[in-house]
Amino acid sequence: MTSATLTPGAALGSQRVSENVRYHEDAVRLFVIAAVFWGVVGFLAGVFIALQLAFPALNLGLEWTSFGRLRPVHTSAVIFAFGGNVLFATSLYSVQRTSRQFLFGGDGLAKFIFWNYNIFIVLAALSYVLGYTQGKEYAEPEWILDLYLTVIWVLYAIQFIGTVMTRKESHIYVANWFFMAFILTVAILHLGNNVNVPVSLTGMKSYPFVSGVQSAMVQWWYGHNAVGFFLTAGFLGIMYYFVPKRAERPVYSYRLSIVHFWTLIFLYIWAGPHHLHYTALPDWAQTLGMTFSVMLWMPSWGGMINGIMTLSGAWDKLRTDPVLRFLVTSVAFYGMSTFEGPLMSVKPVNALSHYTDWTVGHVHSGALGWVAFISFGAIYYLVPVLWKRSQLYSLRLVSYHFWTATIGIVLYITAMWVSGIMQGLMWRAYDNLGFLQYSFVETVAAMHPFYVIRALGGVLFLTGALIMVYNLWRTAKGDVRIEKPYATAPHKAAVGAA
Amino acid sequence: MDLDSITIALRSFWTIWLTLLFTGIVVYAMWPGNRGKFEDAARIPLKDDGQEF
Repeated sequence: MTSATLTPGAALGSQRVSENVRYHEDAVRLFVIAAVFWGVVGFLAGVFIALQLAFPALNLGLEWTSFGRLRPVHTSAVIFAFGGNVLFATSLYSVQRTSRQFLFGGDGLAKFIFWNYNIFIVLAALSYVLGYTQGKEYAEPEWILDLYLTVIWVLYAIQFIGTVMTRKESHIYVANWFFMAFILTVAILHLGNNVNVPVSLTGMKSYPFVSGVQSAMVQWWYGHNAVGFFLTAGFLGIMYYFVPKRAERPVYSYRLSIVHFWTLIFLYIWAGPHHLHYTALPDWAQTLGMTFSVMLWMPSWGGMINGIMTLSGAWDKLRTDPVLRFLVTSVAFYGMSTFEGPLMSVKPVNALSHYTDWTVGHVHSGALGWVAFISFGAIYYLVPVLWKRSQLYSLRLVSYHFWTATIGIVLYITAMWVSGIMQGLMWRAYDNLGFLQYSFVETVAAMHPFYVIRALGGVLFLTGALIMVYNLWRTAKGDVRIEKPYATAPHKAAVGAA
Repeated sequence: MDLDSITIALRSFWTIWLTLLFTGIVVYAMWPGNRGKFEDAARIPLKDDGQEF
């Protein structure tokens, strides 16, 4: 990537970007590039570890390439590297426009956050491969990296909240509420779950301050709210800005969005104990977690309805604008996976699903269908705007990306449903003498074909992402592909013909 | 009754206080008089990107 090709060209008469060049966009461009890069790295890591599960020889017999060390590389790369850079890019882009204000602290502070956050990502990934981990899911980085991330996060909070506080728009738009809840809650979760005592000040190793079931509860208070506030509230901020923007219509119901926000905030924080059903955690706490998880149906579906109904009266755009199709499909996946989640939190269902691949399938219907799809939609929207191009290189390629990735997701989640339910049923099967019917290794052997299908789904998802990289690269260069336009070309032609 | 015991007594009803707070938020969101304000707010992202500020 040379700097010449990435420098924004002269305005090409884009509709969306006016002559105003005063908003800070340099750091946002860097975040977009990093998001796309880490997305591909994270998906590739996912495909590799999926293949390791299907073909264990791929562990290569080396400690550094074993599944146990590469799995956190995959999860951190997709959640914190890809998802994190997407959230930085979209939040810092939209907060300026909805506040009609520059970034507080300017592009310099945003770039400082960019470089340090991405250095943190690289250090964290290296530390996992070398065997340093706190052993807590989604909170693997050791204490020294936790401190580093704390500094970066506080600077991000200052920049975002500072921009909101100095806004010229009197109302704080709902997307900014979601982004602020995401920033504040993630800060509290990160501090709360990483109260660790280092063994020495010169070494990486540390131990959690609390132990036993309390430590498990703190971890899943963190873990579930990382899903609730990082992967949900943050990306709902994206939904509330980019869906109306791309559809060129205001959100279906602004009042519903207020209720959506506060219901989510009041309920999500209590759902963590559902990760500890049938453990040493007191029964009342398990039931509390289950009850709040089931209540989460309300905000989830309220939010989904609000996102999808934003298109009411403009459904034809789904046919003619694949970018909007990504955004709207992501909201549909949000509704689907947040229906499945509360269902799985119900204790008798959890007795079957817990520790099986069903959980993995559920996570990926949310991560691939909701988080990644809304990110792709936002990135496809942002790249032409940020690089001052009148349009994407190719909408047809966006459509190919959409279908490739969608088929990949369907293969992934159906394989995991079948595999997970089968696994759970085999574990609990007794013969007529009351002995367990299957040994553990028999369940593993039975899952093999589904592991292969899952890996194939991952390959398709990765292929879609590579199509996106090519499309964005040509867009940034200013090329336009000669192709059959969509029947009613989105936005511009429709307006022009009217 | 000192301040400590009052605090403890009130704290044990926290579900009630949070429910009241939440109910207040819903009433505020649905209050007919706020309709116009929220309709304006919904249009914030659609204002032209290049608007003067």
